[in-house]
Amino acid sequence: MNTVTQVLNNSLTPQISDRLSKNFTRHLKERVIEFILMLAAFSAVLTTAAIMGILLYESYGFFEHVSVTAFLTDTVWTPLFENPRYGILPLVSGTLTVTGVALVIAVPIGTISAIYLSEFASHRVRETVKPILELLAGVPTIVFGFFALLFITPLLQKIMPDLPTFNMLSSGIVIGIMIIPYIASLSEDAMRAVPMSMREGSYAMGATRFQTAIRVVTPAAVSGIVAAYILGISRAIGETMVVAIAAGQQPNLTFNPMDAAATITAYIVQVAMGDLPHGSIGYQSIFAAGLVLMLMTLTLNIIGHITRKKYSERY
Amino acid sequence: MNNQSPENLQEVRAMIQRHKLNDYIFSIIGLLCLMVGLITLLTLFIDLILQGYPKLLSLSFYTDFPSRRASSAGLLSALVGSSLVMLVTFLSAVPMGVMAAIYLEEYAPKNWFSDLIEINVSNLAAVPSIIYGLLALGLFVYILDLGQSIVTAGLTLGLLILPVVIVATRESIRSIPIAIREAAYAVGATKWQVVYDHVIKYSFGGILTGVIIGMARAIGETAPIITIGALTFIAFLPPSPVTTSAPFLNFEWLSSGFTVLPIQMFSWLSRPSEAFHVNAAAAGVIIILVTLIMNGFAIRMRYKMRKNIKW
Repeated sequence: MNTVTQVLNNSLTPQISDRLSKNFTRHLKERVIEFILMLAAFSAVLTTAAIMGILLYESYGFFEHVSVTAFLTDTVWTPLFENPRYGILPLVSGTLTVTGVALVIAVPIGTISAIYLSEFASHRVRETVKPILELLAGVPTIVFGFFALLFITPLLQKIMPDLPTFNMLSSGIVIGIMIIPYIASLSEDAMRAVPMSMREGSYAMGATRFQTAIRVVTPAAVSGIVAAYILGISRAIGETMVVAIAAGQQPNLTFNPMDAAATITAYIVQVAMGDLPHGSIGYQSIFAAGLVLMLMTLTLNIIGHITRKKYSERY
Repeated sequence: MNNQSPENLQEVRAMIQRHKLNDYIFSIIGLLCLMVGLITLLTLFIDLILQGYPKLLSLSFYTDFPSRRASSAGLLSALVGSSLVMLVTFLSAVPMGVMAAIYLEEYAPKNWFSDLIEINVSNLAAVPSIIYGLLALGLFVYILDLGQSIVTAGLTLGLLILPVVIVATRESIRSIPIAIREAAYAVGATKWQVVYDHVIKYSFGGILTGVIIGMARAIGETAPIITIGALTFIAFLPPSPVTTSAPFLNFEWLSSGFTVLPIQMFSWLSRPSEAFHVNAAAAGVIIILVTLIMNGFAIRMRYKMRKNIKW
């Protein structure tokens, strides 16, 4: 008994060997490394801040010459003309029209693909199709621009002879095809997150696959599917090369997809291609246009993020 | 009792038949919808080859500079430009992205600061690429005075693919079981030793797939490069990065003017003359081949890794 207490007492007194005691240089090295890693991660915050900073700074110069009301309400956008007018509406209408056409294509096809992949497809079909969708998502947009201008537009012109060479319809269709993979894979993720027991309950009541998919799985995954649409819209709005190549360069306040019209992104490309002097109003105008674009996509991304958060918390 | 009359049974059977038919019809529609992507990809590729094959087959297309005449215009400066820009992108995005991912997965405490970084990373992944072009135009070209140079383009694309690298690395790190780390800590390793000797090494495959997918995206990216004002006629090569005399390395190429494959394709495509469209198609074939091969390789590698790794 006595010896046990003695041993215990001995082990309780601090007798750590020197090798194990806190090593100052080793500790310092760890801290320095952690600090460097933290700086690397912080670069993401810096990048966002730099983007907003540059856009706001150059737009501020722009809005010293142009009133915000004129910018938001004027219906003509001709910053590079003799009598410049700065109404962003024509660019916004072009952007929205192209996005609308893209959604008409991408939403039904993307959703049906997602339902099929999640509820109907065999393991083998899924394993073959998903990589192909990923490959499609990786095709550079410049190539899709070529496709829109020199394949889809001539094809459409055979059906609709009065379609102009530059039009929003063919760009919209091509952007729609481009965002199918995003909508399909994000919606499929949402549907696969629906617990198996819900499907089993439906089957037990005698429902078929189709009924289960449409009436049980889709409603349960609806917030994830909506988030997928919203992220798809945000992508379509920010898409640049297809519209710069195939939709035309003339700002045009119209919602008719058969017309040619510039989008916000196409305008930025058009101005950047010319050699505008740094600090001129034309140069500042692309930052103002960029700010509008950034605010539109940022809002959509935040809404999409919140909707997606909602569905992942439910089960 | 009434429910089990023979007519009623007939009705129920008919209903079952009808619903089974619905299933069948939907699975056909579903397959057709999936085909849209595949068919587009194939049509796109075949169309490019059919339009561009005269140029693709001539060797001089790869060794000539761009020219005012479509017949003698080539890709040389774009090929060299793309390689050098990718080098800068790789060197800037990969170390930065991997370090950021390690911090977020292994070090970051649960607090508002880590949340702020997380939100920014996922937000940056969704920012349109042309906005990065505006950032580069304002910041790199004018404020930092780097000009319309290879280093500007490389850094811009580096920022653009940073979220891709971060997300892929984090996923890969997350799949390493906690037991591996605990074993290393148990034998007295410090945090950095655990990260350097175990975490990075085991997640190498996942990092590599992310890097390849990011680089494939950077190669085809056009909008941010146009925005920095790089759409110019380049009929020269940047100074070589490697020299024959000491110190064997030369950094003048970083500040040189340049053109890259997608820019060259865009400039050919935006000319009214149809002869240049042949060149654009041929350039398109090269771009799509490079990105398809890189993406295909990465996707295959990820698939194989998922099958092979059993912790």
